[in-house]
Amino acid sequence: MTGEYRLADGGRIDRDRPVRFRFDGHDYEGCAGDTLASALLANGVHQVGTSIRYGRPRGIAAAGPEEPNALVQIEEPFPEPMLTATTVELRDGLVASGLPGQGRLATEPDPARYDAINAHCDVLVVGAGPAGLAAARSAARSGARVIVADADTEFGGSLLGTRDELDQAPAWRWIDRVTSELQASPDVTVLPRTTVFGCYDDNYLVAVEHRGEDAFTRQRAWHIRAREIVLATGSHERPLVFPGNDRPGTMLASSARTYLHRYGVLPGRRAVVFTTNDSAYAAAVDLHDAGVEIAAVVDVRPVATTVWTARCVERGIRILTNCAVTGTSGADRVSGAQVSSLPSGDAAPAELDCDLLLVSGGWNPAVHLHSQARGTVRYSEELGALVPDRTPRGVRTVGAAAGTFTTAECLRAGSEAGSDAAREAGFHADVAEVPGSPSGPVTPPQPIWLLPGLSADSDDEQFVDLARDATVADVRKAVGAGMSSVEHIKRFTTIGTAHDQGKTSGLLSSGVIAELLGVEVAEVGATTFRPPYAPVAFAALAGRDRGDLYDPIRVTAMHDWHLEQDCPFENVGQWKRPWYYPQPGEDMESAVLRECHAVRTGVGMQDVSTLGKIDVQGPDAAEFLDLVYTNKMSTLRVGRIRYGVMCHADGMVFDDGTVMRTGEHRYLVSTTSGGAAGVLEWLEDWLQTEWPHLRVHLTSVTEQWATIALAGPRSREVLARVTSDIDLTNDAFPFMSWTDGTVAGSGARVCRISFSGELAFEINVPWWHGRQVWEALHRAGSEFGITPYGTETMHVLRAEKGFPIVGQDTDGTVTPHDLGMGWAVSKKKDDFLGMRSFSREDTARSDRKHLVGLLPPAGSAVVPEGTQLVDSTELPAPPVPMLGHITSSYRSAALDRPFALALVKSGRDRIGQTIYGHVGDELVPVEITEPVFYDKEGNRRDG
Amino acid sequence: MMLIPCPWCGPRNETEFHYGGQADVSYPADPQAVSDVDWARFLFFRANTKGIFTERWNHQAGCRRWFTVRRDTTTNEIFHDDSHEAVTR
Amino acid sequence: MAELHGESPLVTRAETLAGSSVPGVLHLSEVAFTAQVTLRVDPKSPAAERIGTAVGTMLPNQPGQVARTERLQILWMGPDEWLLIGPEGGAEQLQATLTEALGEEHGSVVDVSGHRTIVEVTGPKSRELLAKGCALDLHRRSFASDQCAQTLLARTGVVLLCRDVEQPSFWIFVRSSFARYLADWLADAAAEYRV
Ligand SMILES: [Zn+2]
Repeated sequence: MTGEYRLADGGRIDRDRPVRFRFDGHDYEGCAGDTLASALLANGVHQVGTSIRYGRPRGIAAAGPEEPNALVQIEEPFPEPMLTATTVELRDGLVASGLPGQGRLATEPDPARYDAINAHCDVLVVGAGPAGLAAARSAARSGARVIVADADTEFGGSLLGTRDELDQAPAWRWIDRVTSELQASPDVTVLPRTTVFGCYDDNYLVAVEHRGEDAFTRQRAWHIRAREIVLATGSHERPLVFPGNDRPGTMLASSARTYLHRYGVLPGRRAVVFTTNDSAYAAAVDLHDAGVEIAAVVDVRPVATTVWTARCVERGIRILTNCAVTGTSGADRVSGAQVSSLPSGDAAPAELDCDLLLVSGGWNPAVHLHSQARGTVRYSEELGALVPDRTPRGVRTVGAAAGTFTTAECLRAGSEAGSDAAREAGFHADVAEVPGSPSGPVTPPQPIWLLPGLSADSDDEQFVDLARDATVADVRKAVGAGMSSVEHIKRFTTIGTAHDQGKTSGLLSSGVIAELLGVEVAEVGATTFRPPYAPVAFAALAGRDRGDLYDPIRVTAMHDWHLEQDCPFENVGQWKRPWYYPQPGEDMESAVLRECHAVRTGVGMQDVSTLGKIDVQGPDAAEFLDLVYTNKMSTLRVGRIRYGVMCHADGMVFDDGTVMRTGEHRYLVSTTSGGAAGVLEWLEDWLQTEWPHLRVHLTSVTEQWATIALAGPRSREVLARVTSDIDLTNDAFPFMSWTDGTVAGSGARVCRISFSGELAFEINVPWWHGRQVWEALHRAGSEFGITPYGTETMHVLRAEKGFPIVGQDTDGTVTPHDLGMGWAVSKKKDDFLGMRSFSREDTARSDRKHLVGLLPPAGSAVVPEGTQLVDSTELPAPPVPMLGHITSSYRSAALDRPFALALVKSGRDRIGQTIYGHVGDELVPVEITEPVFYDKEGNRRDG
Repeated sequence: MMLIPCPWCGPRNETEFHYGGQADVSYPADPQAVSDVDWARFLFFRANTKGIFTERWNHQAGCRRWFTVRRDTTTNEIFHDDSHEAVTR
Repeated sequence: MAELHGESPLVTRAETLAGSSVPGVLHLSEVAFTAQVTLRVDPKSPAAERIGTAVGTMLPNQPGQVARTERLQILWMGPDEWLLIGPEGGAEQLQATLTEALGEEHGSVVDVSGHRTIVEVTGPKSRELLAKGCALDLHRRSFASDQCAQTLLARTGVVLLCRDVEQPSFWIFVRSSFARYLADWLADAAAEYRV
């Protein structure tokens, strides 16, 4: 027998498959089909943990995701914090312990796999209780694509916790039949163990499927786009507020019924049932019939419903109407309930012995998703609950979630909603038949929020939110401090902010607030229902987007060669670019100095394939480029290349690169590595929306080419070894020109451009030939000591020449003039983007920041990039007048000293002056210089 | 996750699109003739409408076309305009 | 020197793709070195008509439409943009044909053969595999044979082409720089089918 409180038969568990588990250091046995909570109850364990603020013992209060108390830490199979015992499926070897309201994350990485999948359907049904199943069946029979998801391990919803019959047979027969029918439909996706936790714009819902510990993927996030949604999310029973309402053994009445019928567990031996409505009577009667002694049903209403009274009388169950439980006794478990008569509790309370106190304060429709879908809710006086009011298009909220509480009504409404939804999605759908179910007269509930006549001394024993240990005293404090908005009080008291998101406490707190303020509950309203409906592991949200798959990684055709050199990579946008190529024993600084030296004195090669490339074609291509570059591109001759700067209309530099004229009506434009997509989109913007009359087409060709920069005084000699059809002399192939030819056996477009100031060639070959041409150049260069170099060396070399890097030396507030590149701004054009802004007062200011060079003392350390610059040898009291900051800073092999580029207020007017960089606690003197440090005359570019 | 109706490709997830801000802010025909104040207004001033807003989107991961939609900024409801003319402004 | 044989972007991922394939379930492989040409022209122009005649089929004018000839597949990429796919080595010839048909009219013909490579995904699990990273509705009623779409797969820009809706077969056109990442992603997403 799996636990002394387990019945010999009944329930959906499998007694022939015992499951061993350990909780708080004790070994127990449960059954397949148990939750951790049901297995604990079967073993007589009620207390699971202690409360977060007061350390009070807390037990299992519910049987589902609304559980506010029973938080556990899973230790085995894998550490996972803050799960509710009511939603943990029992499995062999499970090790768990109770939590004091707060858990801890695992310290080791989770070895399980998580993933995500996108799904589309005509009709999504959330919840597979009577309403949801009926809806899914109607919709599925129409041929619509249906997804039906339910958080529970099996379908059936509330029916699983009752002994209700459908068509004069146990309800599970109907459930099984419908589930099988759905599973057999090719266009129906059946998702048990799947919690739909969020509803977002345009019927986009996200769910997490718990596939189990043995599944290849532990959890899967479903991203569902549904044409139509049926929300059959059921309802949660609401507890009651009274002194000592947190003692273990206090449980929602319907949950006790679920433990009985679904798990074959008696949650106690002697129960007091405290209710405001009819539903708890079913629990009293069922538990009685299963052998639980019912001490009394305590009903706040003056008169109990006739049928239930009859059933109780039949069984000798005492009903105390017009009464309430006003206190409990017991230490780790309830041992008695004090019952007083209402309204004023004038008679002395009677003490009833019990080990189980069942409560029912009414039912809260689970309107979370309805509300997230932008449906509105209203407070129903009749039901004492928030019910859906306006429902947005494409959404239907039915069943208990809509405040419909009889099985017959839920089935009918579900079936109609399912066929409606399918019809709306374009299918011929009939309303599928529903099974017959018993229904009886119902007496309206009498919602009660605060018991009258209690002394304020008991306020701090009356819990409103068990998960947050928030009491009536806390709410009274908030109200006393002048708060009246439920949103404010929520934040002040933290009610509704725990793992359960206030499923049991939300409306309860509104009711208590209303009582304390003396207003109607409707006036107080409720707080916003936000996703996630239930806690979701971050791992499930991350899915496979982790590690190397976290974000796309872009590599060039030569990437394997770089990998073979074991070089570190720099992330440039999504690109991986070789940073430097260390030789054995070298650190970064020595590697970069060696690489720089090689380019300045011999020859180096760099993979520059990452630069963006855009083919620009059309009769108006020249006119277009004149508009988008600050300089003039229409005057560029075919065969020649020009460096160009692009500004936004505000005059600020946002990208730069070279422009090759490849034909009368054709150019090839290059962009920065990170800027390619943005530049293309921006060019298309102007072309499509402002200048559609221009006959120009843009095509991205970035990956069409693999591009190799060959730089250094010996570069011409290296190239000459691998090409025979290109005249490499300066006269035939001058600086800033290009030519087509053959390089290392590949068709190639070779350019004379230089980012280092040295004689240099840029060799473009089809992507497919990139690696082979790279290797051929490397071999051809070996006798010249050819040195592969990375982005760091490229940065140093260009900085020595004062060439800015857009995005490093600029930040969106820098004009070409600020960069000292007025020469790149045409004065002969009528207009170009940015031109008008250059005459704005702000861009014409004399104290703008200029890009200048900085020289720290020779022999000193490199001043870090980002260093703030000030004018004095000692820091004045704040606010300190700032001059600017260092944008690039390196050690130069050629100059044998550190140097930097910086944006400095009026920098060009201050050349020769010394200012100070604030590094740590020190002020380091730096001399302002021209930004060009090396080969100012430009003598080296022709070799 | 909004579903944005590309006038060419049809409705797609918003992740395929890039936002282009307020629509109908035209580049002045002759910027040099515009006063500093008006130029600053063109550059920096945009409406921040609560309610129906006409705005531009680019179908970046799709057909790369720019187009205009009207969206209620309080509900994200997009008012469908099936006309391909919506592509240009 | 002789023309080089070339290396496709997924040359080092051939084993990864093959290893991710499960007979009768899923097959992944690279379709390398196809000729690919981007064509831009006004679809209503006489040039568009001439091009249709020259290649043997009218340019598809519906979003997501694909036209086929014996040698070519023509994918709609935009209201005035198409991607033409031909056999390996055919890019020069194809460009010449298009350029000649274009004549003096405004349009553009650009060789993009190296810009993208193709991953072929076939087998009954194809759709499920793609759905793990692609938000498009790939149901047979929504994405049928000879339909294409530019979209995101694993946050990577791709062109998806449905080659066969009944015996599921897809081509994924992916930019060469993203190809390895995508191959690795596909292998990871397909891992569950091997167990
Ligand atoms: Zn589009």
